[in-house]
Amino acid sequence: MPAPILDVRNLTKRFGEALAVDDISFEIRPGEILGLLGPNGAGKTTTIQMLLGLVTPTAGSIRVFGLDLATHREEILQQVNFSSTYISMPYSLTVEENLWVVAKLYGMRDVQRRIDEVLKKVEMEDSRAKVTRRLSSGQMTRLALAKAILTEPKILFLDEPTASLDPDIAHKIRALLKEVRRSAGLSVLYTSHNMKEMEEMSDRIIFLQKGRIVAQGTAQEITQRFGQRDLEDVFLKLARER
Amino acid sequence: MKIHRISALVQRHLFLYRRSLPRLMEIFYWPFLDLVVWGFITMYLMRHQGELPGVVTFFLGALILWDVLFRAQQGITISFLEEIWARNLMNLFASPLTPGEFLAATMVLSIFKVTAVAVVMATCALVFYDYNVFIIGLSLIPFVLNLIIAGWIIGVLTTSIIMRFGQEAEVLAWGMVFLFQPISCVFYPIEILPKWLQAIAWGNPAAHIFEGMRGVLNTSVFPAEHLAWAMGLNLLYLVGMIGWFHHTFNVCKEQGLLVRVGE
Repeated sequence: MPAPILDVRNLTKRFGEALAVDDISFEIRPGEILGLLGPNGAGKTTTIQMLLGLVTPTAGSIRVFGLDLATHREEILQQVNFSSTYISMPYSLTVEENLWVVAKLYGMRDVQRRIDEVLKKVEMEDSRAKVTRRLSSGQMTRLALAKAILTEPKILFLDEPTASLDPDIAHKIRALLKEVRRSAGLSVLYTSHNMKEMEEMSDRIIFLQKGRIVAQGTAQEITQRFGQRDLEDVFLKLARER
Repeated sequence: MKIHRISALVQRHLFLYRRSLPRLMEIFYWPFLDLVVWGFITMYLMRHQGELPGVVTFFLGALILWDVLFRAQQGITISFLEEIWARNLMNLFASPLTPGEFLAATMVLSIFKVTAVAVVMATCALVFYDYNVFIIGLSLIPFVLNLIIAGWIIGVLTTSIIMRFGQEAEVLAWGMVFLFQPISCVFYPIEILPKWLQAIAWGNPAAHIFEGMRGVLNTSVFPAEHLAWAMGLNLLYLVGMIGWFHHTFNVCKEQGLLVRVGE
């Protein structure tokens, strides 16, 4: 079995008295998609923010590519990217300008070729000169995803990448992610409130509740363990036990 | 410190200014109005108080130099606010960009702003009031460089406070610098201040710069001592303030404030 590309041990985050993430450990192997599932406030976003170095853990360790995030931030973030429904890109810049800035921030070469490739992948070639504020919400999500894959990361953190999208666009985004994963051997940490999507996308799922891991395994293993028909029923059962 | 990351961030703001007339106006509007109002006041004083020599040079020169400091501060603070308004801080700080590179980029931007404002103000002063700011001579160059650094220090301080206390503190981006104006002795000599305030003002690099400028105009002697004090204090405060910025950045990461600063 290949060594984990991301190794999280005893990760804990406390904000004052509130325990947002409580002693969680997990790993992601190369090319694996790991789903992070849980009700609002379960600690999913805080976990991703810690993995991106935006929030300092209270305890525990995060090792990426065998390196400690606390001491090798730049080398690690050079090979990581993320996309979140809750983060936007500068509205006053065009699609192409935004991608250009991101590419330069990550020190990419042959920027124009890479931007052309990515815009083609997300079907936004015709919108390259559009000012970002004029994009529809579906286009905005695709731009966020374009930004995330532009830098050819080895790990991608996706925080609800298909929230607020219509089923057609969401389907296209999922297909795109699968294609990128297959062609680039990308590892992905994925959060979503769409259980069908979780089942479809994830190789393994971690179920978080009140900051703790309450279940992990494949979608089938988790549904069997809780004696439910599908992930949605498991989610409802666990969420209502809160 | 990677140049490509600094230049990427500088270019991001140049893209913004290229397309935004209101932002461009903001750079030139206030300096221009300041110049018009203070220019007329200066002309009035010149007519009625002939016994005060070099009044035009004092006031207009001081005004232009004050704007250098103000715009240097704004170059840093407004660039940070632009990232908050665009909800772009997470994109930046989840990239390999370091806080030091972020500050370096905002400093480069502030030099662009200061240059643009200084050119416009110096030209307007020459056209409208027949006033040549270079009358101060070559001493102007080290003065201006030190004023830019003094502006950066206030800019980094203001940015740290906004990062720590969130968007509700953004009014400081326009107000903080005026807290330092009375003790910068821009329009009057330091001896006008009460003794206790003089002691505080001597700790302000900008006070040495404006005092030095008046010294040049009155005696034509290069104010080496004032310049040395200004440089020493600037260096001390700049190093301290950059350290403070890094400390605040780490506190914000510990308390989860960095990801919530725009909320």
